Amino acid sequence: MTTTAAFLPALAEGSGTVPVIHPTEADGVLSLLWLVIALPALGAAVILLAGNARTKPWAHLLGTGTVLGSFVLSLLAFFALMGRDEAERTVTQHLWTWVEAGSFTADAGLLYDPLSALFLLLITGVGGLIHVYSIGYMEHDERRPRFFGYLNLFVASMLVLVLADNYLGVFLGWEGVGLASYLLIGFWQHKPSAAVAAKKAFVVNRVGDIGMALGTMLAFATFGTTAFVGISAATEQAGQGTMTALGLLFLLAACGKSAQVPLQSWLLDAMEGPTPVSALIHAATMVTAGVYLVVRSNFIYEYTEVAQTAVVIVGAVTLLWGAVIGCAKDDIKKALAGSTMSQIGYMMLAAGLGVYGYAFAIFHLLTHGFFKANMFLGAGSVMHAMDDDVDMRRYGALQKAVPVTFLTFAMGYLAIIGFPGFSGFWSKDKIIETAFAESGLIAGLAALLGAGVTAFYMTRVMLMTFFGKKRWEKGVHPHESPSVMTVPLMVLAALSVLGGLFLLGDWITDWLTPVVGETGHHELAVSPLVITLVITATVAVGVAIAWFTVGKADIPRTAPANVSFVTRAARADLYGDALNESLLMRPGDRFVGDLVTFDDRGVDGFVSGTGSAFAGMSGRFRRIQTGYVRSYALSVLLGAALVLGALLVVNLA
Amino acid sequence: MTTEFLALSAILFTIGCVGVLTRRNAIVVFMCVELMLNACNLAFVTFARQHGNLDGQVAAFFVMVVAAAEVVVGLAIIMTIFRTRRSASVDDASLLKY
Repeated sequence: MTTTAAFLPALAEGSGTVPVIHPTEADGVLSLLWLVIALPALGAAVILLAGNARTKPWAHLLGTGTVLGSFVLSLLAFFALMGRDEAERTVTQHLWTWVEAGSFTADAGLLYDPLSALFLLLITGVGGLIHVYSIGYMEHDERRPRFFGYLNLFVASMLVLVLADNYLGVFLGWEGVGLASYLLIGFWQHKPSAAVAAKKAFVVNRVGDIGMALGTMLAFATFGTTAFVGISAATEQAGQGTMTALGLLFLLAACGKSAQVPLQSWLLDAMEGPTPVSALIHAATMVTAGVYLVVRSNFIYEYTEVAQTAVVIVGAVTLLWGAVIGCAKDDIKKALAGSTMSQIGYMMLAAGLGVYGYAFAIFHLLTHGFFKANMFLGAGSVMHAMDDDVDMRRYGALQKAVPVTFLTFAMGYLAIIGFPGFSGFWSKDKIIETAFAESGLIAGLAALLGAGVTAFYMTRVMLMTFFGKKRWEKGVHPHESPSVMTVPLMVLAALSVLGGLFLLGDWITDWLTPVVGETGHHELAVSPLVITLVITATVAVGVAIAWFTVGKADIPRTAPANVSFVTRAARADLYGDALNESLLMRPGDRFVGDLVTFDDRGVDGFVSGTGSAFAGMSGRFRRIQTGYVRSYALSVLLGAALVLGALLVVNLA
Repeated sequence: MTTEFLALSAILFTIGCVGVLTRRNAIVVFMCVELMLNACNLAFVTFARQHGNLDGQVAAFFVMVVAAAEVVVGLAIIMTIFRTRRSASVDDASLLKY
């Protein structure tokens, strides 16, 4: 089955901790798993095929209903899974044989295990809330039915991504969410900026998708299958080099989808899409697909230290990168986007820490899904109140004007900075603690510093939006959003506060054990309580700095120009775009230009040169046809003489 | 005897050939073509006699039949050209060219 394994030394270390997937067949309510995907897919098909005008009266109800139906099914499946023994919590459902070509077969199959179960709840739950919110947010949009069609398409693709039992299926979902993301970022395509942003997201994601495609191919070449079950059983036969290559390729894929450095540049532009899209796709679910991929591929990463270290480095760099960008943005959605990038950096960091980190990566992913979706929807509610203005310099003193939005946003804010007791406190604390214990000082300090910076920029957002003086534009009369928008906010706010309950009695680590393996107890140089205190102190410092520099000061209505180099760099997304442009885009441009010249001069020159040579030649030859019958007779005679002569020469010789 | 007949055939063929190439009058050209055909016939018959079988004679009959048909078509064409152009010169009818 594997040719590479014979030449490379087999792996021995760590083999005891990585669980091999032994699924059981789905039964009972779990045999309805396919319906979880089918419902939103059906919604998307009906709405998009029937068209905007025909579905106008009921498209939003259908779209929301299908996702809520999926949520109910996910809940039932979740409880069914909980009711099983720990050893039997991995369930597969074979749907049909998808691809069969020679030795290559891929089944369309579902794998439902504790990891997928949590994702299902997050996607359909938060997704359902965002659908409800969108009913209000998109109410005055002519193309609301299409919006819901795209949202359903996204949810269906995302569910395929997390439920597929092989890499090819993951790839299908991976591309599906990419497509939905593209369609939704560019939803207001009449704005050139939105169209360009959609294109940019698509192109940058393509780079990551190459990693996904090559990784899948390499997995098949090595193991003869793309199914998780087959690969996890055969990992020990593959060589170290193959494992590292697989790990790095999937990391590239994760970087593209999750907007990690160096493929981070698309996420900030993606904020051109409608705010519910930013909340659902570019905060809560799709951008966490990279983290899912790394955790799902734990049976690969556990065997390759190089790739794991690369994941940690990417995570640590991105969490600081995004945080610094978040500090300088005046656009509320871009500040939140920088924050999303940074928080996903935390998750990647945790996922790179190996068996100790996976559960906390997923834990932070869930809590982040709650509080970031909450804050994005809150930002949308604020924009709704401020006539779609996104510039925080023209906000201020909104806490009285939009009290529900303010309170729910505040819950999200307290959760993200890690205020003791709120969900983000527990999840981030665990990640930083594990980083110190498992990866050493540098990653730990980066994560700690990131927590301080997070506290600074989130406090800045909070102060600029809800406190201080009114800096509103003339004619703006902020008003609270309708309850169809505020109720989802309240639910998400409650989840932001209570998300920490997942950690109660180490529930989440125990729950994920069948997927990621048994975690031992790691030794810390200092007690966890000290680390928690240090983190909380760092957060307090960040908040204090924001209070003194932003809260106390007057905020000018236009961004000051004479600022430090760091601020300028952060405003320009740390020159990520400039870097891409000078390193990739310009040389690519020149290369393509040269190719065009070569094509024009070289290839075309040869082809049309041959053509004109023949044209010139025939121009001369046609002169032979004079029209005089006697000259033809002469040439016939000469020809006959020639033939006769040739015959004589041959016969006599 | 064979040599003399073949020599006569060659002389007749050459006269016909030169006539076709040098004369402008279509009727004369036509007659020269006939001369060449009959020179060939003479050669065929000579060889038939030489070999003592009938193959050459059969070929000569074929040539005569073809020549008769050719005369019918050829003279008709020359007639038509003469009627439209008032000339039977082959050099005048030189419009079909490059």
